[in-house]
Amino acid sequence: MNTDQEPILVCKDLCISYYTRAGEIPAVVDFSLTVLPGETIGIVGESGCGKSTVAMAIMQHMGANGGIKSGSITFKGRDLTQLSDDELRNIRGSEVAMIYQEPFASLNPSLKISTQLMEVPLAHEDISTEEARKRALQMLGDVKLPDPERIMEAYPHQLSGGQQQRVVIAMGLLSNPSLLLLDEPTTALDVTVEAGIVKLVADISKKYGTSQIYISHNLGLILETCDRVFVMYSGEVVEEGTINSLFTWPRHPYTHGLFACIPLPTADKHAAPLKPIRGQLPLPFERPQGCYYHPRCDHFKEGLCDVDHFKMEHVVDSAPDHRVRCLRYKEIDIRLQTGEGEKKEALELGERVLNVDKMKKYYEVRDNSLKALISGKRIRYVKANEELNFTAHEGETVAIVGESGCGKSTFAKVLMGLEKGTEGEVRHLGKDISDIAVRDRSPKEIASLQMVFQNPFDTLNPSHSIGGQISRVIKKFGVESDKAKIFNRVMKLLDIVKLPRDFYFRKPRQLSGGQKQRIGIARAFAGNPSMVIADEPVSALDVSVAAAVTELLMDIQREHKTTLLFISHDLSVVRYLSDRIVVMYLGHILERGTTEQIFAPPYQPYTEALLSAVPIADPEVTKREIVLEGNLPSAMKPPKGCPFCTRCHRRIGEICDNEPPPEQVVTDRHVIKCHISLEELKQVEHVIHVPDEAERLHARQSQ
Amino acid sequence: MTTSITEMPKAGYGAAFIRGLKSFALLRESWVGMVGAFLVLFWVLVALFAPLLAPFDPNSSIQPFAKPGMEAIKTGGTFWLGTDHIGRDILSRIIWGSRTVLIYAPLATICAYTVGILMGLAAGYRGGWVDDVLSRIADIILSFPVLVLYIIIIATIGASGFNIIIAITFASSPGIMRIVRGLVLDLRNRDYVAAAQTRGESDWRVMLVEILPNARGPLIVDACLRLGYVIITIGVLGFLGLGLPPPDPDWGGMVNETRQMAMAFPHMTLFPCIAISSLILGFNLLADGLREISLRD
Amino acid sequence: MVTLIAKRFGFMVFTMIVVSLILFILLETDLTGDPAIRVLGQFSNEEQRELWREKHGYNQPMLLRYVKWLGNFATGDLGESIRFKGPVADVMLPRLWNTAILGFWTFAIMIPLSLTLGVLSGMKEGSKLDRSISVFGILTTSVPEFASAVIFSALFVFTLKWLPGTSSMSGGFEFKQLILPALVLIVYDFGYVARMTRASMAEVMTSQYIRTAILKGLPYKSVIVKHALRNALIAPFTVIMLQINWLLSGVIVVEFFFAYKGFGALILEASLNNDIALLEACAMVAVCVAVTTQTLADIGYTFLNPRIRFS
Repeated sequence: MNTDQEPILVCKDLCISYYTRAGEIPAVVDFSLTVLPGETIGIVGESGCGKSTVAMAIMQHMGANGGIKSGSITFKGRDLTQLSDDELRNIRGSEVAMIYQEPFASLNPSLKISTQLMEVPLAHEDISTEEARKRALQMLGDVKLPDPERIMEAYPHQLSGGQQQRVVIAMGLLSNPSLLLLDEPTTALDVTVEAGIVKLVADISKKYGTSQIYISHNLGLILETCDRVFVMYSGEVVEEGTINSLFTWPRHPYTHGLFACIPLPTADKHAAPLKPIRGQLPLPFERPQGCYYHPRCDHFKEGLCDVDHFKMEHVVDSAPDHRVRCLRYKEIDIRLQTGEGEKKEALELGERVLNVDKMKKYYEVRDNSLKALISGKRIRYVKANEELNFTAHEGETVAIVGESGCGKSTFAKVLMGLEKGTEGEVRHLGKDISDIAVRDRSPKEIASLQMVFQNPFDTLNPSHSIGGQISRVIKKFGVESDKAKIFNRVMKLLDIVKLPRDFYFRKPRQLSGGQKQRIGIARAFAGNPSMVIADEPVSALDVSVAAAVTELLMDIQREHKTTLLFISHDLSVVRYLSDRIVVMYLGHILERGTTEQIFAPPYQPYTEALLSAVPIADPEVTKREIVLEGNLPSAMKPPKGCPFCTRCHRRIGEICDNEPPPEQVVTDRHVIKCHISLEELKQVEHVIHVPDEAERLHARQSQ
Repeated sequence: MTTSITEMPKAGYGAAFIRGLKSFALLRESWVGMVGAFLVLFWVLVALFAPLLAPFDPNSSIQPFAKPGMEAIKTGGTFWLGTDHIGRDILSRIIWGSRTVLIYAPLATICAYTVGILMGLAAGYRGGWVDDVLSRIADIILSFPVLVLYIIIIATIGASGFNIIIAITFASSPGIMRIVRGLVLDLRNRDYVAAAQTRGESDWRVMLVEILPNARGPLIVDACLRLGYVIITIGVLGFLGLGLPPPDPDWGGMVNETRQMAMAFPHMTLFPCIAISSLILGFNLLADGLREISLRD
Repeated sequence: MVTLIAKRFGFMVFTMIVVSLILFILLETDLTGDPAIRVLGQFSNEEQRELWREKHGYNQPMLLRYVKWLGNFATGDLGESIRFKGPVADVMLPRLWNTAILGFWTFAIMIPLSLTLGVLSGMKEGSKLDRSISVFGILTTSVPEFASAVIFSALFVFTLKWLPGTSSMSGGFEFKQLILPALVLIVYDFGYVARMTRASMAEVMTSQYIRTAILKGLPYKSVIVKHALRNALIAPFTVIMLQINWLLSGVIVVEFFFAYKGFGALILEASLNNDIALLEACAMVAVCVAVTTQTLADIGYTFLNPRIRFS
């Protein structure tokens, strides 16, 4: 790749607005971008920063109320904004193709895959149906889909999410485009599936020389796929540069803020806690004067940052294409600030609060198919939880990690009394609660075991005010009964979750996602619980907000010595905040141990694959690449032996398929379920290699 | 943002009322909805002030076969819309008839909604055999062509205002139940419902306080449409001679009584038809406007 | 798939049996009034009523009567019509045929019309065409059948004198007499079907797979015909099938108004004249038609929808 090449795409001073009843909303301001042949550009930013708008503008598909206000988009020398519908049609799908966030929604549910694939070359090239079919088959093989013939004849719903996304990618590549736009292509997928797609995407540009624009909110993914990166904030690019220059030395305070919000392997919840960005993203029509970021910036200088809007400029002592939109970047030395954050006390572990012993949860499913009727096997069982064993102590954070369908949410339901366990015991504070429905528990028992829910937009009832909802909890748990006292307690809770007191009167729709999640936390802690289950509490939030909510949750936990059961699919968050980790797959616990034990060999092979799949936004951290083949088996028909045997990269033979793996105790409370002997597993190398300080300094000086 | 509140708020019904008015004011943005609201309001006012507005007694026969605009010879005054074959003033009958329709239609709709909502909540929230039984019952009732059902019910229990309400409740609550059930199936998976369950709220509280208020948007729109439909039903029943017993004015009945003379005196049937259509149109347009607004948020 | 069809048919039979039970209880037992009084009138004396009961077997136990009644029904013996003084079947069949003719022409015009308008307005949601079609649809749906019958009669019969005001077909079948009844039915119902089609089309047009199809660079026509219509017409298919149920209601009003000798007018006549055997038979036939179309709609829906077909 060199700069002499003719660029594929040039966006120059692009301004994009949406026109609504409320007036003009500038979605993207002053956006310039050059894409060279074979280059992969990353655009990263939080929700609402305008990154998807850019992609849609390049496709010239803005909807009825969007429009390009000024600037140009030049694709191979032609200004896309000036093209007629017919000319655009010729470019779309053949020269520029797009991959979408939700593969299932992007495929037509009532057309076969073959039809949807073949129509791309048929529409753009003068070829026969047989030729198109041949090309489609070839391409399905190229995106590493097993059995392309079968997939061709399938309908989208018959494929898994990962397969659907591969089909969409194949569809994009069929006409061999010069530019591929990928809009959060892996956000809807599980981590291990994501890893496969990321690898595929990275191979595309190598194999076909296709330029790509990769849009994501995840800095780690950008690092793994891109050559250059653009960081967007509130509709504008604040910093751009090569992966190397930007990731090793981010210059804009926002970029730096973003890095401080992600739990990198160097973060530690006690010694080096996350530093959330304060405040929240301004709405497009509420953007401040001057630098859009200044109300949230620690380096804000009155009279300088809040006066005029200014342009990007080259970073003086960095790579030539490293540019930043900040007037003070030279005065800010971000490197000096690392390690300067507040330190937090670690909690002493108390007595055992939760003891899960051989807990099983089976669901009955009626099979009404003709086959089942004849064979008489009408009732089948979905084994959502199979023999769960683990414990949690006072003040401890235990994480349950696993991909969708692993049974982690079912376990939470049993714990909360919404479902009854089939077998075994779940002892909370010494009492077996696995088969006591929530209605049969005393208010005190209910209050001592509470939950923070996943979806911030769902967690509060939109019909009732914040104050009313928290008051109800307090009243229901019998914490207070007097109206005035309840009110005071609500005020105190609002203070604890650091929200203004007048939120009492607000309706949920007046709150942002992060604020709603704070209310959710306040509600869970209203009755002084001994244990709180947090089901992916930050996965739907933007990074900067997620960091704040995570920190808040841990602060409250520290103060109340609460046991936190943290359910998540994201190992980097889990590594950061949990003391112990339980790894689940298809209803089984495959490995459990302390965080250090889980992150170091011996690994259960699935843990190993999970670790490898986590994108890490640090160029100096290296990972061993393990990409899993195949799909998650259906919970209705789990494998007979080890649940992981169908995808395992260390499968040793028949024994894996036929016999359930034994629990092997490594040390006290570190248990691995696998047929492979511990000795062998101990030989395995670390998956993630984090350079120590000395190596890092060396690397930096040699730059 | 740093306002600190230390005092308990007073329960504010006034504030709730103002909020209600405000959301109603949103209708301004949909001219279709505005026209609908205007038509409905017009008929509500007519019904309220019927005694003041009607120029004649609706049931007394004054002067048969008067054409619109003719003067009343004996009593004085004008028959703006003419009279019918018995000599009753059509305008007065339409005015008084608006009362009949605006009493029975909302009453029947409210009854049908109460039954439908309770069934829908139970079926959607409880699921299992409750859902199976209720859904099967609904399927069976809905498999009758509606008017056939009305005819059979009225044929067995007789025609009266009360029986019409019963018939409408019986025939339309299954449809309402299906809508409510669908909404509940969606809403019951929300986290705030799970939150209420995990703090041990009773089923009724979850259904009525946590779920039902969030289904109100689609239900209000549906209620407007259904009101229009109930008015049609009452009109049709009147037209078929199965409606309210005479002599009190009822728009559908007026058409029935005079349709034999429609060829010679079209005004006798035409004006009640216009009246009933405009009221139904009002509710349908209102529903459309409300839906349009609810989609915007 | 086979189980699904078997299940649907099973439910159909079940519905019919329950409906027959309801009809029997409503019309043939004392629960809602003495059937003898209903048939013979209020001014009959007890002796006459007793004779009538004896003759028609009303003194037998209820369950036995029901089983007999159902048995007769299933074997095609629908009883005697009091009003028409003859076997119910002989009265009903020609009426059903007449209604079928009316229904055929109504649907033949309404379905293409409403689908076209619905698709056109759903293609560009919020456009002028869309707004006009939807407001026009609301307008026509707001006029009850009897009112539009009055208005059309006033216009085409009274003022313009183009069409006959009654459709009794007394001088043999005449197509001209069919126009007004069919027109009334079409005008009332097309708005509803068009709006359902529009909603379905509009939803499909905003879906992501339509965006995919557009961004694949397919010609607009192919996006609409190949990608949009196939999905957008699944929901209207069910709606149209269910309109047959509605039609059975609609014809009652229209046939009554235009004195058309059809099935709807027959039900009404049976009810107004307390012709119980006829009313029962008509109601059973109506429900049977309705349930059959619903079953066909359900089965058709699964056929059209690959997500259900292959799972």
